[in-house]
Amino acid sequence: MTALDSAPPPLAAPDTAAVLAALGSGERPRPQGPLAASATFGWRTLLRIKHVPEQLFDVTVFPVMLTLIFTYLFGGALAGSVEAYVQFFLPGILVQSILMITMYTGVALNTDIGKGVFDRIRSLPVWRPSALVGALLGDVVRFTLASVVVLGLGMALGLRPGGGVVGLLAAVGLLLVFAFALGWVWTYLALRLRTPQAVMGWSMMVLMPLTFGSNIFVDPATMPGWLRSVVEVNPVSHLVSAVRGLVHGGVDGADVGWVLLWAAALVAVLGPLTMRRYRARA
Amino acid sequence: MTAYVGDTVPAGDQAAGGGDVPAIEATGLVKRFGATTAVAGVDLCIPQGGVHGFLGPNGAGKTTTIRMLATLVPPDGGRARVFGHDVVTDADAVRARVSLTGQFASLDEDLTGAENLLLLARLLGYSRAAARQRTDQLLSAFGLTEAAGKQVKQYSGGMRRRVDIAASIVVRPDLVFLDEPTTGLDPRSRNQVWDVVRALVRGGTTVLLTTQYLDEADQLADRISVIDAGRVIAEGSPGQLKASVGSGTLHVRVLDPARRGTARELLERVLGVPVAEDGDPAALTARVPEAGPAARALTALEGAGIELAQFALGQPSLDEVFLALTGRPAEDAGPPAPAPPAPDPEDRR
Repeated sequence: MTALDSAPPPLAAPDTAAVLAALGSGERPRPQGPLAASATFGWRTLLRIKHVPEQLFDVTVFPVMLTLIFTYLFGGALAGSVEAYVQFFLPGILVQSILMITMYTGVALNTDIGKGVFDRIRSLPVWRPSALVGALLGDVVRFTLASVVVLGLGMALGLRPGGGVVGLLAAVGLLLVFAFALGWVWTYLALRLRTPQAVMGWSMMVLMPLTFGSNIFVDPATMPGWLRSVVEVNPVSHLVSAVRGLVHGGVDGADVGWVLLWAAALVAVLGPLTMRRYRARA
Repeated sequence: MTAYVGDTVPAGDQAAGGGDVPAIEATGLVKRFGATTAVAGVDLCIPQGGVHGFLGPNGAGKTTTIRMLATLVPPDGGRARVFGHDVVTDADAVRARVSLTGQFASLDEDLTGAENLLLLARLLGYSRAAARQRTDQLLSAFGLTEAAGKQVKQYSGGMRRRVDIAASIVVRPDLVFLDEPTTGLDPRSRNQVWDVVRALVRGGTTVLLTTQYLDEADQLADRISVIDAGRVIAEGSPGQLKASVGSGTLHVRVLDPARRGTARELLERVLGVPVAEDGDPAALTARVPEAGPAARALTALEGAGIELAQFALGQPSLDEVFLALTGRPAEDAGPPAPAPPAPDPEDRR
């Protein structure tokens, strides 16, 4: 010990004696359980938002842009007037905006894999899915923020929600449940694909037909029969119908049921698939 | 084809001996990535305590072996136990006792150093207050208190390494994997990391360290496994590995270059080995099996009145060891025969 004590370490260098003391504590608490660990990983996602606020750009600017473009560009042509179109379209664009930004969950995860932190996380003695569940839960906060932005803008554009505050909250809640479930598609892709760009590309390829081939923009009654049948089984159509119903009052329980069923199915199928890739990922 | 050097016991033989379970026991570990075999049957038996070095060039399979032992990649063949727990069937128990510091800092670069440690402390079960306390203790021990609130991406290489190692000991692990902990560091930071590694060992942690730096293995490791092309080609203490090459080198410079010839004849007679004349007109070099004859040779030179400007008796460097074992220098990363450029799993990210 004298050798250590006789040479005081220079500033900003590790202090061997202190390192030994830190090691000596030998305290070994019980690692967090699945729920607590997921919450901690969710907190990590929020910390990243705090440090890289740029990632909120797509959450706020993108939905605003979409809403304005569609409302003013197509509103008159599609529904006769901007005000009328906003009532129809805003719940749809809310769904579109949130679903589009879910893909950043996958992009972020793929970026993580490229860094050493992924290995560190995987070598921790905590429930393994918690890192992914936590990331998705953290992202739910981002989705909530985007929902507030879109709904606020909608109100400014003349949206009159007949369903009241309760209807709005229920609509956003249902949307978040589906967004969380859809997130597992992107985590799975993130673990399969090599680069964040590839994840983004694939996500777009899934999201574009999923959102445009739905009742978000126009009433499926105007579509050719074959397309209408596709649109009617699209889970996004059910989601949009349910959200519309909740926002304006008069929701069809079957739509809500379909959405919850789809969400459960997505998690049940893609959750285990994702975790298998997660474990095996070299 | 593992050449065991010195008293090395082949993997498996120590387990039954009672007492300490080996920190690591592996037999026939294999990992393939597509057509590339990254690890081609590694056997290891690493006792608890001390530093075990994995020495080998880039792409030798060091990182992949460590990743299998740390339960990050399942092996394609063979089996491994860490403190008696199988890395495949009992991975959770392994993860509870080991900690890994990857080749590149295993940190969230967007978060601050303090947040990184806090995150791990919380996950590992510290309460909010205890986690904060532990974080502060580690930051101060590693000389990072001032940088605590800065994002890791703003840290220097040495600082990153320190947070990284601090992150590995939030809960004291029984075994730490350090994958090339000093690659890319300046000499001062490198010495700091070495000090920390020594402190870890004194604290009772077993360290498994990979390195391509021979002097690092020499400085830190109690035992070394030399790894090449996915296999352990030799194992032993640094001294044993050097001894396996068979000799050290005696280097002398005579004061008067004109007397070099005389000195050479005398040395050859005393040492009984050929003595080489170097490019330097005053210098002579001879391979000597041990120190005794070298000392006698120097005495003989003095007796003959040949004055020396300089003499040195050096052990062979680990570079020479690697050359002797593989027939090529350690710094030469490529395989000996020209091969098509295969994707190198070690350089994957």
